[in-house]
Amino acid sequence: MKMSQTISFHYDVPGDDFTRAGEASSSIKKALKQVGLAPDIIRNVAIAMYEGEINMVIHAGGGQIDVDIAPDAVRMVLKDQGPGIQDISLAMQAGWSTAPDDVRSLGFGAGMGLPNMKKYTDEMKIESTVGVGTTVSMTVFTHPQEEAVS
Amino acid sequence: MTIQDIKNILHAEILWADEEMLSHEVHTACGSDMMSDVLAFVKDQAVLLTGLVNPQVIRTAEMMDIVCIVFVRGKMPDPSMIGLAEERGIALLSCGQRMFTACGLLYENGLRGGCE
Repeated sequence: MKMSQTISFHYDVPGDDFTRAGEASSSIKKALKQVGLAPDIIRNVAIAMYEGEINMVIHAGGGQIDVDIAPDAVRMVLKDQGPGIQDISLAMQAGWSTAPDDVRSLGFGAGMGLPNMKKYTDEMKIESTVGVGTTVSMTVFTHPQEEAVS
Repeated sequence: MTIQDIKNILHAEILWADEEMLSHEVHTACGSDMMSDVLAFVKDQAVLLTGLVNPQVIRTAEMMDIVCIVFVRGKMPDPSMIGLAEERGIALLSCGQRMFTACGLLYENGLRGGCE
């Protein structure tokens, strides 16, 4: 299915309710299915956004997510006003985590979130200031095969 | 193997699944209590075996297109989790076996891994 215009979504992610984490990602996954994108593209977006949403709740006390579903790509911007990331290159290393033990007991905090978000997206940029917050921008292109052929 | 076969092999209780889902064919599975690892290492798996019980198990399955969750060690999700799974069309089973035994029984009967 070809889209001719961009559809935008905004979510406020509450930081005090772990049980609700993932609602925004779930909503985007539904929207992408309605748009009719390929299942692997939908899964890549859903996993990357869900990891980001979980990170927001675990580390930053919630935040805001904006998603644009454009004709060529899905662009996600996840912004929080949390403690910030001291060393981004360290945070990108698989297995490195600052998550406390109670988060691990919930099944998260293995230090795979950021590397996984990079793995499932085509572009990812992290901007973070300690004490101010973090913004993660991610893009998944929706027609990579067509681009490769042309 | 179908979801009905999984129920029979593990002597599991079906917590939610519609009739159509019971005949759904599945070929691969993974077992983990860490959803971080499921999200990072699992690819094209249809069944998740886990001893973790919280709503994020259902969410993780939803994001990964997993169609069936088996709770091991007799773990039981609460009604809100069952409702979430029903909304997403994800079958929920619970069995008394421990993780190793449950995975072994399914493997013995033809279900495979396939993690990256």
